[in-house]
Amino acid sequence: MTDAAPTFATPTLRLSVSQYERIVGHCYVGLPDEACGLIAGPVVAGAATGFVSDVYPAVNADASARTYTVDGRDYLRASRDAEARGHDIIGVWHSHTHTDPYPSPTDVRTAVDPMWVYILVSLRDDAPMLRAYRIRDGVIAECQVQVL
Amino acid sequence: MMAVEVRLPTLLRVHADGAASVAADGATVGEVFSALTAVYPGLSEQLIDAEGALHKFVNVYVNDDDIRYLGQLATPVTERDVVSILPAVAGG
Repeated sequence: MTDAAPTFATPTLRLSVSQYERIVGHCYVGLPDEACGLIAGPVVAGAATGFVSDVYPAVNADASARTYTVDGRDYLRASRDAEARGHDIIGVWHSHTHTDPYPSPTDVRTAVDPMWVYILVSLRDDAPMLRAYRIRDGVIAECQVQVL
Repeated sequence: MMAVEVRLPTLLRVHADGAASVAADGATVGEVFSALTAVYPGLSEQLIDAEGALHKFVNVYVNDDDIRYLGQLATPVTERDVVSILPAVAGG
């Protein structure tokens, strides 16, 4: 199996350049703390399609470089806005300021929704690294990301 | 009794026949939740902990206000209010 192509979880996450820039920009603005936000998109038959209609930067209520909690009112506002557009919140992003763009044990333990996409942005190196994952029953599966 | 609209996040809709919004009778959030979980028993352990309090991983709003800063499950509601349930979103 060493030659097998990597398999990715579905859906492929499709971000516009401006959405990508808003997510990564918000992560830099949040330094030295972790930053977080929510993404919205259509849900068809109980599953996200991977299309992202909107991104919603949120306050990290923890104001911490090690943990994040999406501010509840920011989530409420984002959820209402998404639903008014016929969409739903389909995932969350947060930054890792000094570590890999990979879910931490805390991220896995606290993963909210098996349908969601979990975006990690690492600011460890000079260039930001954005990756996306599904987390289901404690199992991490990477999703492909297209920025178009 | 007054029917109050309750908005459900995607996570909980599987327990409510896929509905994004349901209506339940009650004069307080707790009464509304009791009516709701009578119809959708799967929601019960998602909302209420073993001690009968609001589950710590769930945030509940009456309109714009978090019920933890109001009267918890005893927060009064009327048919003009919208109750929104959202999971706490956190990590490290």
